[in-house]
Amino acid sequence: MTAHIAPMPAEYVSALPEPKTVLDVQNLSLSFRNAEGLLPIVTDVSFSIAAGEAVALVGESGCGKSITASAVMGIAPENAEIGGTITLNGNVISGLPPKERRKLCGRHMGFIFQEPMTALHPTLSIGRQMTDTLKHNLGLGNSAATDRAAELLDRVGIPRARDILKGYVHELSGGMRQRVMIALAISCGPSLIIADEPTTALDVTIQAQVLDLLEDMRREMNLAMLFITHDLEVVGDFCDRAVVMYAGDVVERGRSEDVVRAPAHPYARGLIDAVPAHDDGRTRLTPILGTVPPVGQWPEGCRFAPRCNRADEQCRTRPQLGHVGKTDVRCWHPLEASA
Amino acid sequence: MLRYLGKRFLLILPTIFVPLLLVFLLLRLSPGDPAGMMLGDQATPEQIAALRAQLGLDQPIWVQFGIWLKGIVTLDLGNSIFFREPVMQVIPRYAGVTILLTLVALTLAILIGVTMGLLSAMNRNKPIDRGVVTTAVLGISLPEFWFALLLIFVFSVTLRWFPVAGYNPPDAGIIAFGATIFLPALALGVRQSALMTRMMRSSMLDVLNEPYITTARAQGLPETTVIGRYAMRTAAMPVVTVAGLAAGYMLGGAVAIEIIFALPGLGRMLVEAVGRRDYPLVEGGVLTISLVLAVLNLLIDLIYALLDPRIRYQ
Repeated sequence: MTAHIAPMPAEYVSALPEPKTVLDVQNLSLSFRNAEGLLPIVTDVSFSIAAGEAVALVGESGCGKSITASAVMGIAPENAEIGGTITLNGNVISGLPPKERRKLCGRHMGFIFQEPMTALHPTLSIGRQMTDTLKHNLGLGNSAATDRAAELLDRVGIPRARDILKGYVHELSGGMRQRVMIALAISCGPSLIIADEPTTALDVTIQAQVLDLLEDMRREMNLAMLFITHDLEVVGDFCDRAVVMYAGDVVERGRSEDVVRAPAHPYARGLIDAVPAHDDGRTRLTPILGTVPPVGQWPEGCRFAPRCNRADEQCRTRPQLGHVGKTDVRCWHPLEASA
Repeated sequence: MLRYLGKRFLLILPTIFVPLLLVFLLLRLSPGDPAGMMLGDQATPEQIAALRAQLGLDQPIWVQFGIWLKGIVTLDLGNSIFFREPVMQVIPRYAGVTILLTLVALTLAILIGVTMGLLSAMNRNKPIDRGVVTTAVLGISLPEFWFALLLIFVFSVTLRWFPVAGYNPPDAGIIAFGATIFLPALALGVRQSALMTRMMRSSMLDVLNEPYITTARAQGLPETTVIGRYAMRTAAMPVVTVAGLAAGYMLGGAVAIEIIFALPGLGRMLVEAVGRRDYPLVEGGVLTISLVLAVLNLLIDLIYALLDPRIRYQ
């Protein structure tokens, strides 16, 4: 007789000390179909996020961060051609038809947008927006959904939750709006939260509060968090690992303290030198000269080469992501881990 | 909300008063004299003067206006010079037809416009969208009277589905009424529906690009809810505006349609009354149209306030 092995109950699996991988993205690529053919936007992005872990996706505007997030979420524009494998909680979701993908949204993945003023509906009450989601995803009735919505608002630190439910987004302050957005994103108990520059549109004093709230939620709900940002301080303080993107490529990937303290890719170094430091008495910042090349005009080989002072003949061929020192780097001439 | 409605209500008064004053003055400044028209070519100046005195036309113009304003308040608009009966009895006979025609035409226009606009927006740049947009441009460019004649030719003369002209009031039965009102309403509504199609399409396409639509999708709401509730809620606003403008246009501008289909409506009545210099009837007609328009605008404002909470608090 062979012993029957029952599948492990889910609660038991997540209670195991080994962190469970929630999101795994392998070789993600994305191109836009247009009249002239395919226009590559993102070429080779791989990373994974475990439960309770925050991973930062860092880069300048136009490097493909947000579109990567929308591809993960399954809400990329219709004319996008997406390649690679996306796995959520052990299930490959990248091949699913759009309708099935939509069902994962809200319930398994929550999205927090940059500008809560425009990301929340202007003429539907906050309660209506929250209960619509709760009723659809969790099958709650009217009063149960309203109770849960009030609890959620309470949880994200909004006073007089019941009154706020009847109100509209234009009646709230920026910080309150983003709290509502967070409450909405976590409302159906997702395992993954994607936050697209969630503090960029907020006042500096409010930013810290919202980050603290996100941090609390992450610990409390053991959330995997993908944090899209260009704020390197946020990366260092808030995220466990960082993925640096440039022109549709991952150029450096590793633990965030390694990436922030001792980046090996010249672009990552440049990003860090462009941030004012509090302690070293420098009066001038070092900008990265030039701009990200527009989509469709990427150079052959290393895409950063035209802006890089270490570029030579070898950089005309495309480097692969390889392990150097403590991080993974896509560069022929990585910096020494000296700083 | 109540304060908002009260404010809107006060704004009605000038909306009604200004057109009344203008019409009153224009009628009396234009050449032609009702007394002379009534008595014919053979009348002596003495007879005409006597009738003018009887009608009060010998009074100074502001005195006449004062008397007429007093009439509005006491619900006595005087007697029609041509029909020789109270204006308050003549107007309802004609106004009913025009209001019903406008309502049916507006309903048709909204149904066609919203459906076509949505269809077009949902299938952006596909053949069906191109077809709808082309048809809409054609619809906007065609004059109503031409379209009315085309409808009569196809549906009344060739297919014999509808009567060529004439009018049955609703008491004659819904089918009899429908048969006489459908073609005129369609002729009147098609241009407005083409406008609404274009408005619906562009406002829906705009709204679909809004971040809150992405949020609704990212929350896992099904596309029917996203379009039907989240997008429609904001995309409908410009269409409501167009519907209000269309209603105003239909109320006052249905003359050609009323004449072609021989409908005894307000537009036709007004044109004839102006020709006869029937001052009290023209003034009563304009008063009716302004009143209906004002109520309609109030209704549109109310719909706005229901659709958009930001308006309620202003």
